[in-house]
Amino acid sequence: MYFDSFEAFLAMGKHAAYVWSAYGLGLLILSLNVILPMLNKRKVVAKQQARLRREHNKKRATSQ
Amino acid sequence: MWTWFHKLSSPKWFYQISGRWLPWIACAAVLFLTAGLIMALAYAPADYQQGNSFRIMYIHVPSAILAQSCYMMMAVAGGIVLIWRIKLAEMALKCIAPFGASITFLALVTGGIWGYPTWGTWWVWDARGTSMLILLFLYFGVIALQSAISTASGAARAGSLLALVGLVNIPIIKYSVEWWNTLHQPATFKLTEKPSMPVEMWSPLLVMVIAFYLVFGVVLILRLRNEILEREHKTNWVRKLIETPIESSTTSVEKTSATKRGA
Amino acid sequence: MIGRELLIAARYPAEILNPLVFFLMVVALFPLGISPEPEFLSLIAGPVIWIAALLALMLSLDSLFKNDFDDGSLEQLLISPSPIAMMVLVKVITHWFTTVFPIILLAPVLALMLHLPAEGYGALFLTLLLGTPTISLIGGIGAALTVGLHRGGVLLSLIVLPLFIPILVFSASAIEAANMGMLYNPQLAILAAMLLLALLAAPFATAFALKISINN
Repeated sequence: MYFDSFEAFLAMGKHAAYVWSAYGLGLLILSLNVILPMLNKRKVVAKQQARLRREHNKKRATSQ
Repeated sequence: MWTWFHKLSSPKWFYQISGRWLPWIACAAVLFLTAGLIMALAYAPADYQQGNSFRIMYIHVPSAILAQSCYMMMAVAGGIVLIWRIKLAEMALKCIAPFGASITFLALVTGGIWGYPTWGTWWVWDARGTSMLILLFLYFGVIALQSAISTASGAARAGSLLALVGLVNIPIIKYSVEWWNTLHQPATFKLTEKPSMPVEMWSPLLVMVIAFYLVFGVVLILRLRNEILEREHKTNWVRKLIETPIESSTTSVEKTSATKRGA
Repeated sequence: MIGRELLIAARYPAEILNPLVFFLMVVALFPLGISPEPEFLSLIAGPVIWIAALLALMLSLDSLFKNDFDDGSLEQLLISPSPIAMMVLVKVITHWFTTVFPIILLAPVLALMLHLPAEGYGALFLTLLLGTPTISLIGGIGAALTVGLHRGGVLLSLIVLPLFIPILVFSASAIEAANMGMLYNPQLAILAAMLLLALLAAPFATAFALKISINN
């Protein structure tokens, strides 16, 4: 462990703002890259399900 | 070998196998990222000149490395698209570009955040920063071109060609920027070059680089799976997959599609 | 074949004149926007003329294949047995002669207005002569990729501008070296090498891009 105390860890010498903003932005960008496709998956599946349902209904309508 | 290659490049096969790999890769990514962050933030010693702002390197360097290799991978995918017309490579091209652009952006911004406390300026037109900025422009070009073309395979082929042209140009751009930079050397900011980094300093870097690549793997798989569902929606196996509750096990997909083909 | 293309180009004088006027206007913006101080202008004259020429060229690239695409003759050329890369090369050369060459001829006049040092004229002329064909050739790839798209103009600039950076860098540094009375042969040699490379590779890439665009 490099730092003596948790306060020293948070303070990062005099560079708290720089270090923490860089790490925060890094984590933000990485996690956005992971989360957005996961959210998008739901949209994709819903879209395709709606399409299937439409096709299904159309088939039923024409067969009647 | 050839059949293996084709099997590997079939979207259905990839969808199934990636579903099995994804949890493991995701776990490894979280593990490495956590370990890397702890090592980088708490255990690595501060630089004797830069102090703790030196820790920004553990975000900046991995993202810069990944930014460049992402472009390389995108161009390789582009080459595969143009030579073999493999659908999975078309999708990969589309999926890599946004991640690459965002990671290039991260490298640029963290470079600025690191630069200010260290050299007193957010941005210098030095060779590395400038070529990184141009790399970001190249990514934007590929993304914009792809999104402007309506057909998926047309977009992929146009994007592939552009990515390859960019790849040919990258060494020339690098060389020209270095030439330009030595001519217009601003007040010399030089990274305090030390002959050997102690092991406590470079080991977090290694872990972080691996973690960034693993995250890239996770993002690529996630995006590819969405892309496959979207582009293969007419195939039977995707229909079956969509009809059954979304997260059905991969084996049932195999079975249903097998019976379908048999019937 | 070049003659035929030149004849067609002569039918649309506006396509020759517009880039030229654009070039003139962009150059005029700099003294108005920054400073009319001769000493200051002489410093930026070379790069300003280069950037203005680059922009004018790029805007005109949009129309490189547009007319042929719109009337369907491009499609016919692509299925005809004649080598497409050759046809592309002819088109690019014609385009360069009709739109870029006038710009190069006008450049010394603008250099005069921007107080470019006398030593810089040779370098300005030579770099434009060696650099702009490369830009036309590379830009042709972009024009071919965007030919079928609505609103392809901005997109074209977006995808090809980063690729022009090396040419701008070496040209500007050649002019700067000339202004200081130094030799600028290395820069010219590099520009010539890039032109050769572009001549060898770009027509084929453009032909390929045209095929992609037509098949979309």
